[in-house]
Amino acid sequence: MTPLGFTLVVLGISYVAGLLGSLVGVGGGIIVVPALTLLMGVSIKKAIAASIVSVIATSSGAATTYVSERITNMRLGMVLEVATVTGALTGAYLAAFVPGQGLFMIFALVLTYTAWSMLRPRGRSIEPVADAMADRLRLHGSFFDRSLGRDVSYRVFRTRLGLAVSYLAGIASGLLGIGGGVFKVPVMNLAMGIPIKACTATSNFMIGVTAATSAAVYFMRGEVLPFVAAPVAVGVLFGARTGARLLGGMRNSSIRMIFVSVLAVSALKMFMEGFK
Amino acid sequence: MTQPPKERVAGTEWVISRVLRIGVATSLLFVAAGTLLSFLQGGGYGTQPSEVARLIGPGGSFPRTAGWLLGGIVRLDGQAVIVTGLILLIATPVVRVAVSIVSFARERDRPYVLITTVVLGLLLLSLVLGKAG
Repeated sequence: MTPLGFTLVVLGISYVAGLLGSLVGVGGGIIVVPALTLLMGVSIKKAIAASIVSVIATSSGAATTYVSERITNMRLGMVLEVATVTGALTGAYLAAFVPGQGLFMIFALVLTYTAWSMLRPRGRSIEPVADAMADRLRLHGSFFDRSLGRDVSYRVFRTRLGLAVSYLAGIASGLLGIGGGVFKVPVMNLAMGIPIKACTATSNFMIGVTAATSAAVYFMRGEVLPFVAAPVAVGVLFGARTGARLLGGMRNSSIRMIFVSVLAVSALKMFMEGFK
Repeated sequence: MTQPPKERVAGTEWVISRVLRIGVATSLLFVAAGTLLSFLQGGGYGTQPSEVARLIGPGGSFPRTAGWLLGGIVRLDGQAVIVTGLILLIATPVVRVAVSIVSFARERDRPYVLITTVVLGLLLLSLVLGKAG
């Protein structure tokens, strides 16, 4: 394959990854990393580095809409960012010591978890409890829900649990080059009492800063290759844009099944790669 | 002049979404232009299949040095232009955090000035740690 061919193929893969990812509510990184390593022969560390840069682009691109529509709970986002950013630093730092095989194995586990979390029925909300920390930091929020045509107000609970999960999501992000929303969103929604739209928007808002932290580490280490990162960043961003526009008219269950199959095959291949 | 608090928060949201939009658009412009230049230049990506191995191989690590980057931009070297775009992309969320510190400070919201300053500190620390790691 010539350099031009490589660029065009990676651009196409990243576009599809961003498109599918945004349709089912995850980032493109979860598909980009397996595709770059399994199909294009890029080493896993370079693939993760390219993916993390694209995560910044998608998050920042989508955040502009959510923030200006005020669905994002910016205070909550900034509080949880302390944890995700610390996690991202931990993850990116750890990545230097984990061998390539280990990264394949961990990535395969996260793929499996993601596929499983998309198939299982949505869990039940845990009882609200008083949370002095949320009161003191004034985390409770409200936004205008266009589909309901009215304002939705909510109170936030279990801020400490949110911080703990955000830290873990940050580690996953820094170590694997993904956004980490798949870990944060269920906990924010079911345990912290935040409506799903506000969860997604706030998680997405945090992901840009989280990814920038680990991207800086990878960048300074010289892992971010312009030849790989450029088509990935452009492809994923535009794919996610198209996905956001299509979101209304698509049948959700069929996309979900396609996505879960892609995740399952990638997980299997990556496990095999890890055992080599 | 006194503004109701809600208006001020709206201002912050507007500024933040502006910062993000401009940051992403500018960096993508650099990344796309740099890619185009890399294909057109003699010392860039090349046209032979063997070049791919060189470009994704262990030898092709970036950035080389700040000097390489500056010199590259002056010569309009494709890969230096892409790297500039990538740096702008990484810097976009950093600027977003810095802007929110200023707006919380204007609202005299002490706890949030502290929280956002910690986040900014960690972001800047990541640059130092990356160099060391």
